This record gives sequence, structure tokens and C-alpha cells, in this order.
Amino acid sequence: MANKAPKILVFSTEKISDPAIDLAGLLKMHYPPTVYSIPLRCSSSVKSRWIMHAFEQGFDGVFIAADGTDCSYGESCVDKTAAIIAQTHEMMKAKGIEPARLKMAALCSVCAEPFVKHMKSFYEALSKTPA
Amino acid sequence: MKNKIGVYVCHCGGNISDVVDVNKVREEAEKIGGVAIAKHTIFACADSSQKEIAEDIKNLGLDGIVVASCSPKLHLFTFRAVAERAGLNPYNYVHANIREQSSWAHSDDKKGATEKAIALVRSAVERVSHSVAMEPVSISAKNITTVVGAGVAGMKAAIELADMGSQVYLIEKAHYVGGRTSQWGELFMPGETGKSVVSYLYQEVNKRQNINLFTGAELVSKKGSVGNFEIEVKITPRGIKKDADTSGLEKAIQVCPVEVSDGFNFGITKRKALMNYHPGQFPEIASIDAATCTQCGKCAEVSEAVDLNLEEERITLQTGSLMITTGFDPYEPEKSEFGYGDYDNVITLPQLERYLELNGQDLVVNGKKIRSMAYIYCVGSRQPEGENKYCSRYCCTSAVHSAIKVREKVPEMTVYHINRGIRTYGKQEVLYEKSSKNGDIYIQFNEDTFPEVSRNGKHTVVKVNDILTAGKELEIEPDLVVLVTGMIPRKDNAIGESLKIPRGRDKFYNEIHPKLRPVETTIDGVLIAGVCQGPKNITESVKSSLAAAAKTYSLLKREEITLEPIMATVDSEKCEACDKCTTACPFGAFEFIEENGKKVARVIESNCKGCGMCLPVCPTDAIELSGYTNTEIEGMIDALTESDY
Repeated sequence: MANKAPKILVFSTEKISDPAIDLAGLLKMHYPPTVYSIPLRCSSSVKSRWIMHAFEQGFDGVFIAADGTDCSYGESCVDKTAAIIAQTHEMMKAKGIEPARLKMAALCSVCAEPFVKHMKSFYEALSKTPA
Repeated sequence: MKNKIGVYVCHCGGNISDVVDVNKVREEAEKIGGVAIAKHTIFACADSSQKEIAEDIKNLGLDGIVVASCSPKLHLFTFRAVAERAGLNPYNYVHANIREQSSWAHSDDKKGATEKAIALVRSAVERVSHSVAMEPVSISAKNITTVVGAGVAGMKAAIELADMGSQVYLIEKAHYVGGRTSQWGELFMPGETGKSVVSYLYQEVNKRQNINLFTGAELVSKKGSVGNFEIEVKITPRGIKKDADTSGLEKAIQVCPVEVSDGFNFGITKRKALMNYHPGQFPEIASIDAATCTQCGKCAEVSEAVDLNLEEERITLQTGSLMITTGFDPYEPEKSEFGYGDYDNVITLPQLERYLELNGQDLVVNGKKIRSMAYIYCVGSRQPEGENKYCSRYCCTSAVHSAIKVREKVPEMTVYHINRGIRTYGKQEVLYEKSSKNGDIYIQFNEDTFPEVSRNGKHTVVKVNDILTAGKELEIEPDLVVLVTGMIPRKDNAIGESLKIPRGRDKFYNEIHPKLRPVETTIDGVLIAGVCQGPKNITESVKSSLAAAAKTYSLLKREEITLEPIMATVDSEKCEACDKCTTACPFGAFEFIEENGKKVARVIESNCKGCGMCLPVCPTDAIELSGYTNTEIEGMIDALTESDY
């Protein structure tokens, strides 16, 4: 992995953060092409096992593009997503995976610029992090 | 597992294929296990391509299809319909977004974009190979639309919706309806004025019992989803008592000590904090501007109609959809931009329109009779640098039209049009012809040689290189310089931020697709119309509002909306009835039943919204979401990591 571009898996959401990722493309805002997204229904539906599976399969970082307070399924999404992250961080520590490889930020449906900034900085941080 | 999958890779004209090597993507797709056929196509959404896909499904017996093209937000339903027409369950089709999330996002890296597109297609094939056939579900929806903004677009949409049978809440932030159109005098086509158009629409709104008009009202928050939104509206009182004796109001306005610039007249006059309505504003009732009123009480001393209790009220409304028609702001030139703010005879086109309305049979600006004038076009539009690169569409026509109106008042007027190419498109061309016949002088510049406005003693001088006479430098000394300013998005974007409406590069609200879904946004049930989505003239604004009215009515008329059949399912064997799913579910979609002597959780389908919040909390991983199962998601992850790139 040392000489390879870091691979980042983004768990986005169909109604909120995935439109922001689309908007980044529409605005021709560039970020590394080794960033891939899998849109889910809601960020609090992501299972820890999926995140762990991504690391096991070779992803260097996982980013949860969370709905935040915009979640159309309710405000509890924020706390629930945070709880999933905390639980997964513990699982990562147990497996010897640096918790910094899993990040979360709330992204609204028009947050194209913040998304690109997150991706660039995460990519850069992962590039400097030893495998 | 599916084993007869069809893959279709779209060029999207050149939008994808200019960056992504679509043939390589097709070749790689062909090698994936289970793929029976892989093709590339110039436009997958074209009728001929849709027919070809449908024929392949029938002739080859395809059991799943993947279309790799633009965002699924544009064409998910197009290709679901193709599958359905060909006898394939629409949920056995999966979309791969290789435009917004590959060719456009990585146009700086063709190799990277191609490798990513290949991975996205592999991932989609993996997902479709595990897909199961599903049938859509229905939920009840309210046939109520809330229209935000009571300008001509909003009022026209409200009237049409009401006539089709919908309940309409029409919310206007100002105390008066009509928006910008109230501010215009005679309109093109001739015979109508802004006032007459607004007056007609306002009367029609009032005739309909199923339209509730709220003025001084602002949408502040939204909950829920399409069909069943709950919105909170803040209402600022007008400050005038209903059914009170208004005979003392004129006096009350006179004694009001607060004097501010009058936005209705674009700052060329002053108004009081207690203000009377302008001709063209409805309802024809005075109002208090709560933002500037000091509540000194002087007005209330002379008029019993004044109510100084300006405490705002908050109400909650249930609505099935939201239509945003909040209009635009006119571009305000920077200080010293073409002499604006430096010289009192440099004004904007909207200000000229108000002078024409206020002046009677002459044109007098700042006490001086105007006998020569020079329009400078494209101020704040088509800017080579910075913001506002777009054309504002209405301003060429409006400027030429105003010049004709000016000459009707002052036949001897000398008029110069210093322009970058006149765009009086369509029927509006007759105005250009009339203006030319009137003797107006057209001078053209380009973006390399902007005109300069300076002062020579008492005279304002416009210097311009006319490209129609081989770049000859001309100097004009007009009595009046009119800056033909364009449209910009509303500076107050509170509604956009509240509803999270996407904005485009021009900062106007962005539709899903300019041709295919021109009034819908990525937020289901939130539509846009009129100038809030980009510059338009009145005719075009009204047309877009009618499109939005038809679209929202077609969505809500059955009071039932078809939703994705995405639902949680419980594996009874794994379930230990720990109750965590019931705590996590915000919709009460779980109950417990006895099954083979064991207490287990069961999903109440009518309550399940398919959010998936229950998935991660289950300690035995007994819950799955259709379309988002462990097999599908982990299969996609595997496919994305298959490449060494």
C-alpha cells in the first residue's frame, strides 16, 4: 500500500449527501478518483461489519457522509450514527486498525465544497499514515 | 445469483466518453462473471437505446441489467420503466453513476476516471446479481401544496393548483403580493402593466376558497417527507387593525419620524416605517416595517387603525409538497462601477423604470430634464471574471422597451444603446426593430473593451470603442447613463438553506435536469419555478410555474404516493427479541410475535419507512434491508477493491 494511492470508501445517503457528491461532479470540483461511494438510505443504517469488511478488503479509509440534522427520518440520526462510529472505532482498535481511518462528517445536499475538502484532507492524511 | 446480466455503458454525448474510455469499461464489464452482454451507447436514455435494451432483455432473457451513465437521480425511473416494459422486474436493474461521480469529478485524470468507472460498473454488476424482484408500496399523501413566494409565478401556480382541486397555502414574506412585477409599468406585450397583471392575479387568488394567502409570512422549518411535510411559518403582523377606521392613516404616515430608502422605488425615493402601499401592491392596505419601526407610538396617537403589537406568530401547517417561487434581486452595481454612486446621473434600468412611472409626461432625474441618454448593457451579467457569467435574458428586451417608452414621452430624446450584442429573442425582436426605426443609435463593445464613464466638468462622458465601426473610439456626453443591470439570486437565501435546495454554478436554485426534470429538485416534493431557478422574463416565469403546478398536482392528486419497496426484514432464527430494534425505530415499525414457540420481532410493513436505523443495533445481525443486504453491500465493497489501481 505504501506506493499506492489510498482508497477511500464513502458511505453516502441517497437523499442528502449523495446529491452533494453529484453536485461536486456537476461543478467539476476534483478529488482523488480512488474515492468511491456506496449510497445508503440513511447514515445511521451503516453496519459496523460493512465498515470492517471494507478495511479487510483493502480500503485505506472509510468516510461516513452523514445526514446530520437534515435526515428526513428524524433527528435521532445524528446520535445513532455517532454511536455506530464509536462502536466501530472499538472494533478497529481490537483489530489493530488505526481509528483515524474511519471518519464521519455531516454533509448536506448542497455541501459539494465541504465534501471535496474532506476527501482531499482525508486522502492526504491516509497517504502519510503507515499501513 | 443472476447469470444473464446486460451492461450498457453510456457516452452521454461526450460528457462521459471525453474523459472515460467507455470501450475499455465495456470490455472489462464483458469479462465479469454473469454478464451476458455488454454494450456502449451514445445516449442510453435515447428512445432507440431504450428499445435496444428492452429487446435484449426479451431476446436474450436477461435477468438483470446495469446502466452506467449519469446520476440515478436523472434516469433511475427511465430505466426501471425500460425493464418493466420488457417484462423484467424494475428492481433487477442497478445504476452506476459514471458521469457526476467519475467523468465530471475526475476530468483532470482520464486514467483514474476510467479505472473508477470500471470499478463502479463491477460493483453495480455485483449488486444486481444479488437483487431480488420487488413490488412498490404506497403511502397516503396530502393533496396540499405550499407555494412560497406570491409573485406572478407563485400566484399563477396557486390559482392553477386550486382549480385542479388542491388545497394551497400561499406564503409571501412581504406584506404585499406581486413581487417584482408590481414595480414595472407598461409591459411587453403592450396594453398591460405590472399593476394590471398583479391586480388580476390577486383578485383570482381571493376568489378561491381553497387558497390560503399568508402575507408577512416566512417558512422557517420543515419536517417529514414528500406527501407529508410539516412546516413552521413565522408571521409578522401588518400593524394595521382589521375593520378599523383608516381615515387617520395618511396623517399617521406623515408623523412617522423614521424615514428610510424605499426599496420599491430602488432607492430613488424615501418612505416611512409606517408605509402606504404603492400602486401595483396588494392588498391595498398600509403596513408597518417591523425592522425599522422604533415603536415611538406617534402614529398610534393620530390613527386608531395602527396596532403596534408587532409580536410575531408561529403556525404549523401540514403539506404534501412545497413549490418555491421566490424570484430574484436586481444586480446592484458596485460603487464607481461605470460611475454608479459617483455621478447622480448614472442610474440602473430598474431605477429608470420607476422614474418613468413617477415622472408623468417627461423624464426628469434629480431635477434635470433628460434629453439624451446612454444605456450600457450587460452590467452584472456575462461578466468575464468572477460571478454572474450568465446572461440575464430579460434585460436587453427591457432596455429597448424602456427606450421606446421614453421616446413616447420625449420624442426628441437622443438614445444610445452601448451593448455587447442585442438579445431581443423571439417576438421581442419587433421592439429592436421599432427602436432602430425610432432612430436609436446602437454601439457595440466586447469584453476586452468595456466602456468608461468619467466626468468632464459638469458633463458625464462615456468613452467606448465601437466594434461595428472597426473599433473607433467614440465619446458621448449624455444627460443620463442607464446601467442595464441583470438578475442575481436573492441575497436572502434563508428558504434555500432551510430546505437545502441545491444551487448551481450561477447560485440560482438548481433543477434535477434542465430538459427532462426542469422544475424538480433532488429533494422529493420540493419544486422550483420562476426566476429563483435562473433568469426569465414574466412569460417564461409563468410557464415554469404552470409546469411545477402540473408536476406537483400529478404527484399528489391520488392522495397516495408510490414509494420504494425498501423494507426491513427479520430473520426469526437469529432474533433474540432483545427489543433494541423497537427502541431504534422512529416509526414504531416493530412488534413482537410468537413464532414456533419463540418470541421474535416482526416488521409492521405499513409503518416501515426503509430507513435502516434498526440494522446496526441488532446484536445478532438478524435484520436486513431489502436492496441493502449484507450480501449486496459487501459484494459491492469486494468489487470496488478488485482492481489494483
